[in-house]
Amino acid sequence: MVAGFGMVAHRLVSALAERGYPGPITVLAEEDRPAYNRVNLTGWFDAGADELALPPVAADVHLDDPVVAIDRDNQVVRTISGRTVSYDTLVLATGSRPFVPPIDGRDARGCFVYRTIDDLEAIRIWAAGANTGVVIGGGLLGLEAANALQRLGLATDVVEIADRLMPLQVDDGGGQMLRRHVEGLGVRVHTGHPAARIDTDPDGTVSSLILADGSRIEADLVVFAAGVRPRDELARDCGLAVGERGGIVVDETGRTSDANVYAIGECARIAGEVHALVAPGYAMAEAVADRLTGSPAVFPGADTSTRLKLLGVDVASFGDAFAQTPGALDLVYADPVAGVYGKLVVTDDAQRLLGGILVGDASSYGILRPMVGEQLPGDPMALIAPAGSDGGGGGLGVGALPAGAQICSCNNVTKGDLTEAITGGCCDVPSLKKCTLAGTSCGSCVPLLKQVLEAEGVEQSKALCEHFSQSRAELFEIISAGPAESVRTFSGLIERFGTGKGCDICKPAVASILASTSSEHILDGEQASLQDSNDHFLANIQKNGSYSIVPRVPGGDITPEQLILIGEVARDFNLYTKITGGQRIDMFGARVDQLPEIWRRLVEGGMESGHAYGKALRTVKSCVGSDWCRYGQQDSVQMAINLELRYRGLRAPHKIKMGVSGCARECAEARGKDVGVIATENGWNLYVGGNGGMTPKHAQLLAGDLDDETLVRYIDRFLMFYIRTADRLQRTAPWVEGLSQPDQAGLDHLRDVVCNDSLGLAAEFEEAIARHVEGYACEWKGVLEDPDKLSRFVSFVNAPDVADPTVEFTERSGRKVPAGHARSTTNIGMPKVRG
Amino acid sequence: MTLLNDIQVWTTACRYDYLTPNRGVGVLLPDGAQAALFRLDDGTLWAVGNVDPFSGAAVMSRGIVGDRAGRATVQTPIKKQAFALDDGTCLDDPDVALPVYATRVTPEGDVEVGA
Repeated sequence: MVAGFGMVAHRLVSALAERGYPGPITVLAEEDRPAYNRVNLTGWFDAGADELALPPVAADVHLDDPVVAIDRDNQVVRTISGRTVSYDTLVLATGSRPFVPPIDGRDARGCFVYRTIDDLEAIRIWAAGANTGVVIGGGLLGLEAANALQRLGLATDVVEIADRLMPLQVDDGGGQMLRRHVEGLGVRVHTGHPAARIDTDPDGTVSSLILADGSRIEADLVVFAAGVRPRDELARDCGLAVGERGGIVVDETGRTSDANVYAIGECARIAGEVHALVAPGYAMAEAVADRLTGSPAVFPGADTSTRLKLLGVDVASFGDAFAQTPGALDLVYADPVAGVYGKLVVTDDAQRLLGGILVGDASSYGILRPMVGEQLPGDPMALIAPAGSDGGGGGLGVGALPAGAQICSCNNVTKGDLTEAITGGCCDVPSLKKCTLAGTSCGSCVPLLKQVLEAEGVEQSKALCEHFSQSRAELFEIISAGPAESVRTFSGLIERFGTGKGCDICKPAVASILASTSSEHILDGEQASLQDSNDHFLANIQKNGSYSIVPRVPGGDITPEQLILIGEVARDFNLYTKITGGQRIDMFGARVDQLPEIWRRLVEGGMESGHAYGKALRTVKSCVGSDWCRYGQQDSVQMAINLELRYRGLRAPHKIKMGVSGCARECAEARGKDVGVIATENGWNLYVGGNGGMTPKHAQLLAGDLDDETLVRYIDRFLMFYIRTADRLQRTAPWVEGLSQPDQAGLDHLRDVVCNDSLGLAAEFEEAIARHVEGYACEWKGVLEDPDKLSRFVSFVNAPDVADPTVEFTERSGRKVPAGHARSTTNIGMPKVRG
Repeated sequence: MTLLNDIQVWTTACRYDYLTPNRGVGVLLPDGAQAALFRLDDGTLWAVGNVDPFSGAAVMSRGIVGDRAGRATVQTPIKKQAFALDDGTCLDDPDVALPVYATRVTPEGDVEVGA
């Protein structure tokens, strides 16, 4: 039985499952959502709750039903809903609560804490009507909160009672440097005075914060981030030993004063300390999981090392950062101009590293932290002086680390654990993360994982799938360069360069490359067998096997006649219609045998395939532009139409979306697209590498104030460079990021290639696009003109006129929806009758 | 295993030459069941149930044909689970399987599915 479901409880349950714990596990959680990555809480503003999700656990989890009382004599707990649950072993993982200093006005409307996703939701809503915000607390959490307020558009102040920011992690020198950075970002910092009271408006909402020295800070919103206190009430109420300053007292095995009750994480006091960091909590969870599965583990002690990027400032603190070891020496490097501060703490003979503080540039943290306690390999100053472009560590590689060096402190993974996993078959970063859990919490050690792989001599596999050891980019080069008869068919290609028969990864990838480099119909000859089901039927398959249909509407520009045609077709075939995010109309619920007739009518009405089914250009979204809009600076509609007609049908490693806005108000949301074009007074700004979806990214400015012709030329080059070199299913944003060179950011490299023609390939790129434009033909028109292709659009080859009876629909709230397609297992156990 | 002479009904699907190598077609059986019939590039014929057990959609004939470690497969277009063509087993979830049907080519060149 586990009381609480934060990160530490989640780790405990996962660890118990890994170790084969035999009994049932019940988790009683307070929040109404499963455990999430609280360390990365601020990431919620960018990516939402899904980004913070932790893997599901094998336990009986009851959300929104916290334990309110423990009866230790009868080994039963009671929850807030009145449920009683008995336990053999109880683990308390109730975490901590934010500390709110007892000042007047702390309950005013507009005061928040920073602990849960619910807190963040409330802050975001309140911030929408606010201009100024103040954070009480200038520690780790306080600066996170200040970061969040700034990004919510508030003028932000931070109040810290100590005389420097992050007093627990950095010293005076580091604190000063950190303050310069934070103030440079527009956050006002007040140190050395506690908050005295909060003043409110007559309606009870926050108006300002008064400090102990009498100064007043205007604030529409206040966030308390002044530390946390252990939640030990349950333990207190049932008579378990609790520390004087809070925290459930446990021994080095995590056990409380009751042998059947353990406590882990921020609610526990172990060896006299309460640790409000996730790494020690995880270590406790692992130790308790070991105990409960019969191994004699103890808590190994807390690693309080921290590295974080706050408001864009790199800060790290590790080991004996404050030189408390007798005789310890400080080695300090400071460059106020560059904003870099580094301090190493070494033994009195300068032979061993004890700890350190890094502000402004913490790139050597990954190498330094595992070296704590180890013999220094050379001049200690070389470790923190500017590292140049070699990735930090003053030229030291991860190869210099001993096997016992801890690489991932969150999950206590050593270099030895990683090399063992590599020997056991992990050959890339994702499998290493999955196998060892390294890099799965704060992620700061991920670059080191890659280095460990390299140091172990593992080549990062770029293989497309089990059938091709080449990457997509390599296959593109092979197909473009080789003799057509042997490499322009899949069978020829796999025979010469691959193995086996292919799969749903390599076949569509090759089909896409063939389509990008020719104007043949994608269902011609052998290509037909390579296409994904959507491409094969030129429509988007839905959950019940029916299809949806999207005609092209270039730039969202559509005539009344076309609207009427779509309406009539949808009515006649009883299709559900929905407006898409790309300014087109999607028609759902067509059977495969209805597709040709639907398209015959659409094509006769002058419409064409919208390629919604392909990894290809989808739409170019536009605002109404200078023809109608009072603010429009250029004709965004015409530009969007021109671009969409130019690149329609262009197949790529992934879908491509574009947007054109007629002014900087950006109504077309062009910066959320792979290619975003925004009008200026003098022409167009070109942005690239944006996307929506699961990991939204804003497109970045590639070039500004372009005339029409240059704009199109740059987009030609950008697209063709992407099509030639990206991985399969890699959108432009990660592709641009992956273009980075040792001495150059990805976007700068891209700009060199596209705008300065640094590879000398610009003319080739433009010619490839010109060939595409020349050879374009509507794929549906091609099908309608070819009786053999048309004959494939049936449900049954032996009964072409019979409609598939399994495609059924019903209505929900007046909408047509697929009927009864929940997971079905009716075929399990049916006789296998192959003769 | 069912013996060939246990098969009650042979259903004509189409001409052998009509089948695209490495692609499938749906075949309606007399009892209303549906088979997905495939011709591979080595000329062999295979037939399995057309209904994807995970989604309930009759789409297996539209899946991509390939191999997993040399074993011929078809992948459902809905969520891409792979099924072995030889015995219908789902290679991503051994608890799930497709029914398997017999196939033959008549002297006239028609493909038949037996059930």
